[in-house]
Amino acid sequence: MVNPGPPRSFFSLRALERKLLRDLWRLRGQVFAIALVIASGVAVLVMSLGTIEALRLTADAFYERSNFADVFASLKRAPEGLVGRIAEIPGVQSVETRIARYALLDLEDFDEPVIGRIVSIPETKEPVLNRLMLRSGRMVAPGRPDEVVLWDSFAEVHGLMPGSTLRALINGKLRTLQVVGTALSAEYVYAMPPGSLMPDEKRFGVLWMGRDALAHAYDLDGAFDDVSLSLLRGTSPEDVVAELDLLLAPYGGIGAYARKDQLSNWFLMSEIQQLANMVTVLPTIFLAVAAFLTSMVLNRLIAIERSEIGLLKAFGYSNAAVGWHYAQLVIAISSLGVALGVGLGAWFGRGMTAMYAELYRFPFMIFRPSAAVYAIAAAVSIGSALLGTARAVLRAVRLPPAEAMRPPQPTLFASEGIGARIERIFDQPTRMIFRQITRFPTRSGGSVFGIAMAVGLLVTALGWPDSIDRMLEGYFFEGQRQDVTVGFAEVKSSEVTESLSRLPGVFSTEGVRSVAARLRVGPRSRREAIQGIPEHAHLTPVFDSETGVVELPPEGLVISTKLAEMLAVKPGGTITVEVLEGRRPVFEAPVAAVFETQIGSPAYMRSDALHRLLRERPVASAVNLRVDREQEPALFAALKGMPAVTGVSLRRSMVEKFNETMAETMLIFTGVFALFSATLAFGVAYNSTRVSLSERARELATLRVLGQTRAEISYILLGEVALLAFMGLPIGCAVGATLAWFMSSSFETDLYRMPLVLEHATFGWAVAIAVISVAISAAIVRQRLDRLDLIAVLKTRE
Amino acid sequence: MILRAEGLTKVYRSGEVEVHALRGVDLSLSARELIVLLGPSGSGKSTLLNILGGLDVPTSGHVYFRGTELTARDEAGLTRYRRHHVGFVFQFYNLIPSLTAVENVSLVTEIADSPMRAEDALALVGLGERLHHFPAQLSGGEQQRVAIARAIAKRPQLLLCDEPTGALDSATGVLVLEAIEAVNRELGTATALITHNADIAQMADRVIRFGDGHIVETRVNAIRRPARELAW
Repeated sequence: MVNPGPPRSFFSLRALERKLLRDLWRLRGQVFAIALVIASGVAVLVMSLGTIEALRLTADAFYERSNFADVFASLKRAPEGLVGRIAEIPGVQSVETRIARYALLDLEDFDEPVIGRIVSIPETKEPVLNRLMLRSGRMVAPGRPDEVVLWDSFAEVHGLMPGSTLRALINGKLRTLQVVGTALSAEYVYAMPPGSLMPDEKRFGVLWMGRDALAHAYDLDGAFDDVSLSLLRGTSPEDVVAELDLLLAPYGGIGAYARKDQLSNWFLMSEIQQLANMVTVLPTIFLAVAAFLTSMVLNRLIAIERSEIGLLKAFGYSNAAVGWHYAQLVIAISSLGVALGVGLGAWFGRGMTAMYAELYRFPFMIFRPSAAVYAIAAAVSIGSALLGTARAVLRAVRLPPAEAMRPPQPTLFASEGIGARIERIFDQPTRMIFRQITRFPTRSGGSVFGIAMAVGLLVTALGWPDSIDRMLEGYFFEGQRQDVTVGFAEVKSSEVTESLSRLPGVFSTEGVRSVAARLRVGPRSRREAIQGIPEHAHLTPVFDSETGVVELPPEGLVISTKLAEMLAVKPGGTITVEVLEGRRPVFEAPVAAVFETQIGSPAYMRSDALHRLLRERPVASAVNLRVDREQEPALFAALKGMPAVTGVSLRRSMVEKFNETMAETMLIFTGVFALFSATLAFGVAYNSTRVSLSERARELATLRVLGQTRAEISYILLGEVALLAFMGLPIGCAVGATLAWFMSSSFETDLYRMPLVLEHATFGWAVAIAVISVAISAAIVRQRLDRLDLIAVLKTRE
Repeated sequence: MILRAEGLTKVYRSGEVEVHALRGVDLSLSARELIVLLGPSGSGKSTLLNILGGLDVPTSGHVYFRGTELTARDEAGLTRYRRHHVGFVFQFYNLIPSLTAVENVSLVTEIADSPMRAEDALALVGLGERLHHFPAQLSGGEQQRVAIARAIAKRPQLLLCDEPTGALDSATGVLVLEAIEAVNRELGTATALITHNADIAQMADRVIRFGDGHIVETRVNAIRRPARELAW
């Protein structure tokens, strides 16, 4: 290294440092274009890592503070005395019993029936597990059976606050409840009404009431129907779940589950997982392309400065000093990208966190990425840029001074073989384009790759809403044709279907018998409700997302491919069904057929067959209705007065809510990625054109001297990038299809699968956006062509 | 008369400094004529040649090409002028490295009005055998002769050569000058040739000596010496 010399101020830079700054300034257009690509990658990294961190830390803190349980179970009814035996299960730390039911709520400002989840809390002390985070007012007081604490988000959208009242149909009796407080709960961070795919705080609320008050209301004095456990550190939840199931079976237990399967937590964790997937794929693409671009620019710079490098070495600068000089340039470019990306990522991250705060109800959630997030982003970007440019830097390091000061070996072009014969049909400018591309295959290939990646990302981002639409279409429209679903706490005789059909505005009805069961095939098992539907079901037919309506056979199960996969069973195989309700019969059922669906892992059977196996008379646990929209208010009023009804859901509301939430999130995701992808295409096209211009300035000036017009020389320069882009477009479409496939399969969960939907229009838009980005970069470079100094160029030796 | 220049001045400004490259130059050039411009570096020869060739515009003064005023033309007009009427040859050949000899010439013949065949142009400069070589496969003299072939393939009225032998040894330089001479003789192209080398002046009809932006001397050679007899 060079002698550091006397201490220096900012203005007394060493000569090489001045050169570095001037190089950066001279190359500012390219530096900025590369920095933007790096910034896109860094922004995705900071945004995703920061949001993951925010969600994780917030969830951990919230779970910790509220003593969120590790195992949950619902049952029909068990005496309080069973607690002792539950507590004896090895590994159990504490046990909290509760009463938890669904009930229909009646709100003055809202016509539609609202589903309420009513959960008990001790009146005299804090619950041991699943403590509430009080947001306003107070907890319920002993001896005041009508007091209720509301889920804060629900209270907020309905304008309810301590002092407000609401009515609920509790065990068939309409009660007026007094709101005394609002609270948030770790159990309902993501709270969805039954049958929906999105949280809906307008149509679904959680109410906490005193244990004694609920015990009275539901005749559960000295008994419970819901239990949560916390476990000692290091205990396997699966073992406890199995023990608890055995213990609760005689009391109507419908299957215990661990925290990882708790619905709210499950959604939260899979969201974090999706973000983590995004972190691995997207920044990698941006940073790889940025590294390629930096190396392209550096290679050209080193080629131009060849004799200067020789001179420096002749003066006694070490190879390391020369290498470090160029490495600093790379570090400077990527640092600019990191700085921009961190700012952008923090901005997007705050937006994303705010969006998550709407979906996931935490008492607080702050996007404040730790130093580690920034350090990772900086290290990954600068590291990848240095790695990508290592060869170029090494070239400068290895250049012997004597050789460096001689002019470089002229570039050898070739015109032989079949390629040459094809070339013959083109004019000279077109041949120049072909030969430049084939002479520098790595660089040309890199540019094609870069454009392809941009198109690929665009296809993925723009196709995403179509996938969601298809999923929505399959779930809400093709498989469900009812307008309203009415649910009951207990199964009802099938005559209820008849009586509902007499309500105002009801066109047709169809009963469903849903029964909780554990399905077992060999060592594999899965808790899944079997849906019993009538022959020729017209409201909720079994719908195969590929082949359409599936008619159920008289006997046997028709199961989703997802369930078949989880149980490793094929049509013709047999499933052991352990019913978790009533007399809990166990029977063998053949798998008659499988069908494809994107949501859940359902199992169907003809209701008459199911009734026979359950040895029950025809009953229904829910009824689907087709109704006249005009008469909905009258229908809702009637339903709110029916004691047996515990849930009413409108397909239309669910679809609206789903679309509303998706529209917001998709707009952000698609917008951000379209912007980043366009930046990528721009960065690639701009840099490859600028490097090409630097190499060909002399040629192009010569052509101008020979009498070619600006348009004609533009054709040679811009034709090259156009041709590279043209090659990149179809590859990009293929990359996009692959990437979309990868995304949809990496987003696959037990609960839903994103169908891979790629419309022609998606490819069209992706190609159009990429072409526009390339065109903008071409227009910018074209302006430089117009300023080409013909005389100066011709006077100098290359 | 092919070309006439009247009162050409050219002032380059860079910041506070004004450089007077031309200080009032009058010059005319006839068909079939070959003139040599001599003079030290910075005396204004190249500036004059660039203005005559439509690569640059004068600060004041006029240039007429076959009676029409060149100095009144816009950028596109000058491009058309270069395209159809002027051939350039430079010290550093400025060939397109990715095109073969014949393709370099075709660059011009493809856009000219009534060009000769690229092969014929190369034959004229003695390169009929090396049509399909890339510039990197040719010697300096051969490359310069390709450049001449490229300049004259369009059958220009005017051939402008700026130090065509500057980068070549004497024997190779003579070959290049012979090519220029052949073009001047066989096609009747009016030719202006810049050189530092007073020996080359013997092949000209007229020799114009430059100094500090002026023409300091004009001499008419009674007899043009053939290029092959030159040596330096």
